[in-house]
Parts: sequence; structure tokens; C-alpha cells
Amino acid sequence: MLTKRIIPCLDIKNGRTVKGVNFVDLRDAGDPVALADIYSKAGADELVFLDISATEERRKTLSNLVLSVAEKVNIPFTVGGGISSIEDVDVLLQNGADKVSVNSSAVKNPQLINDLAAKFGSQCITVAIDAKQIGGEWIVHLVGGKVPTALNLFEWASEVEKRGAGEILFTSMDHDGTKEGFANTALARLSQDLNIPIIASGGAGNIKHFVDTFKEGKADAALAASVFHFKEIEIKDLKEQLQDHDIPVRL
Amino acid sequence: MRIIIIDYGAGNIQSIKFAIQRLGYEAILSNDPKEIKAADKVIFPGVGEASSAMRKLKDSGLDTLISQLKQPVLGICLGMQLMCNHTEEGDTKGLGIFDVDVVRFNSGVKVPQIGWNQVEALKTALFDGIAEKEHIYLVHSYYAPIVKETVARTMYGVEYSTALHKDNFYGTQFHPEKSSVVGEKILMNFLSIKY
Repeated sequence: MLTKRIIPCLDIKNGRTVKGVNFVDLRDAGDPVALADIYSKAGADELVFLDISATEERRKTLSNLVLSVAEKVNIPFTVGGGISSIEDVDVLLQNGADKVSVNSSAVKNPQLINDLAAKFGSQCITVAIDAKQIGGEWIVHLVGGKVPTALNLFEWASEVEKRGAGEILFTSMDHDGTKEGFANTALARLSQDLNIPIIASGGAGNIKHFVDTFKEGKADAALAASVFHFKEIEIKDLKEQLQDHDIPVRL
Repeated sequence: MRIIIIDYGAGNIQSIKFAIQRLGYEAILSNDPKEIKAADKVIFPGVGEASSAMRKLKDSGLDTLISQLKQPVLGICLGMQLMCNHTEEGDTKGLGIFDVDVVRFNSGVKVPQIGWNQVEALKTALFDGIAEKEHIYLVHSYYAPIVKETVARTMYGVEYSTALHKDNFYGTQFHPEKSSVVGEKILMNFLSIKY
């Protein structure tokens, strides 16, 4: 049986891991390659590296980091952050990334999704969507949730699927950093509307939140950062409790 | 031991090279027919869309070479699919090594399948020491149905082949290089096959 995936997310700035609370007030949580190795041995199913650097050298720093991770880690990993062209993706995949995630660049240029899917295959193209509710409607946001767009979450999600995305990473900006649970109602609707896997992100605080996002949110995978980085939740404990709730996991 | 990873511009070859490195061997990336023919073990990777990968393979003149190889050959993911008769993806004619047609998942499951699933009914030395129902990592939209060459089965809406074997040819739909310690053991088993 296909298992539900547990995905630690490592936010990267200038080659180091950071995790923001609501994407502001960043704290250092260690060396990315060392952390990746620890997580793969601890039973993580996959890793996501999200680069939030804004320097001139960021592309080179990131591609070197991807190479170091690929050398060390024996589970799949996704790389995102500032990816805006076929060339960007080519370098990352050649250096050993399994998937890439695109976010703002896909909103600005939706054709990018078609182009990437055609060139590299849907299976390695994740589209990340950040959204929050404004007047009861889920609106897609850019720049780490700061800038609203005119896009409705569900319409945009359907469009990215049609354009060839292999998977959607949905972060609720209303839940991110709150540790009060995932956006399960919106997640369940995404899973019902679409026929590609959905990764839940934003709001993980305890093990029950993961149980809920798989049961109520119908998520295929759940992503979290600080609860893992600061050892508030051990992946092994998490998976054992998911199994106790009849949620299929790899143990 | 000379291990060649066929480099035809359609694969996550770096990950396979690193996985073999972690096992204590060095793999060489090559598209040189002479070098490939002289290898002890050949790995045929593949990621992406089938028809464009097949085109690249033909452009490099390697399409006829692969089916003539006598040493152990391991096709991974799309590599395995291209070793079959045909794949529905891009209506692509394959190398015809495995007598099976690859088709798209179409049974109420999410496509692509992404993640860790289980292998069962394991056969051949590829799975020596691997327990039934071990988890392996998969990411794919098309699958090979069960045929006589099937040596591992997986359930995803339908039961299908996650590994195929015929003579010196092996294929895995899953990514051993990304399947943690289980995958490393399977890769090691392949490298240990006598030639």
C-alpha cells in the first residue's frame, strides 16, 4: 500500500538552515547536509529544501548544496525557492535533486509549468501554493505570504494540475507558525477536486495534527519544520502513532 | 568492477552514481558504445517523458546496443519502461527486451504515484535478503502489468510489476538509489550478480 509521507522542510539561507515563525524572525537550526542525514536515518520519507536567500551567489550556493545532499542522502528530496527557468531546474536535477518546486514564478508565468513538465516530466514538478483566507475566500499569496494575488486557491490549483504539475504543496498562511493544526477543510477540498498528490503544510504542532490532516484533510503527505528541527516531535514516534490510527506509514 | 551508468541526457544519474559510491564502488557515466560493451555492470537510468527520452537514446545510437548487451543490465524507472515493448506515454516503441506494454494508471488513484509503496512476490537474486512487503520509493504515472517476467509486484489501484527480469536484463520501476537501506541492498545485489 502507498504510505503517507512525512516531510521535514529545511529553509535555507546562504547555505544554512533557518525556520521562520510566519516567515519572519528567522532562527538558525543547523547545517543542512547534517540535518538531512539525521532526518533520512530517523525515518523521514522525503525532504524539502526551500532556499530563501536573496544574494547574487544564491544559484551557485544552492546547486552546490544540492550536490552535497545528493552525495550523502538515500531518500528523495525536493528543492524550491526562486526557481524561474528551465535552466534553473536543469542544474538542480542534474546535481541530484529529485523534484523541484516552483511558486511565484508559476503565478507570474503559468506557461513555465507546461514547459517544465514537458521537458522534465510531471513527476518532478511540484507547484507550491501559499494561500490565506480573505473575507472567507482562499486567496493565493506571493513573497512568503505577504503579497495577495487575484487568484483563488482552488481555481489556481486546478489550473496547475491541467498545466502538468505532478504534485501540489499547499501552505496555509493562516496556519503556518501557529502550531494549531493544518488547514484540513481546504486540503480535503483540494484532494477531492484534483487527481494529483497534495502535500499539507503549515500549522503542525503535535502528533494529532498529523493524524487529522491525513484523516480529515485527505493529504498524501505532511510537511513541517520547527516541530522536527527543535525535536518537539520525533519522526519514529509520529509514524508509530499514525500506524496506531490505521494510517499507512513506512516504519 | 567496471560499472557504467548510461548517460544519454535523460536521468537522475548523479543520484545513482552517489548511491553506488556509498556502496564503496565507483560508477562511470558514459555514452560510448565501446565503454558500455566492456563494462561488468550497466545501469540504464531514465527520468522524464518516454518519447523524448527514447529520441535521445536513438540520437546517441544506443537504442540497438542495449538489447545486445550480455552483462547484467539494470533499467531504473523510465529506463525499465523503455526496455519494454511499448509505452502508452507519447505512444513510444520500446527496446522490446521485456514482453509487456506499459500503460497509464487509470483506476481511481492519484497520478503520478509518488511515495513509498511495498514490493511483494519477490524473485531473483536482485531481492536476496529483502523481506516481502519492504518499502521502496516510486514516482511514476505509467506501469507495466503483471507478466511472466515479473519479479516483484506492487499494488496501486491495480497490481503491477515493480521489477522485471529476463536473462541478463533487470528492471525496477522503483528507485533503488532513493529507497534508503532497502534500495542500497538491492543495488548491492545487482552489483553482486555473477558475469
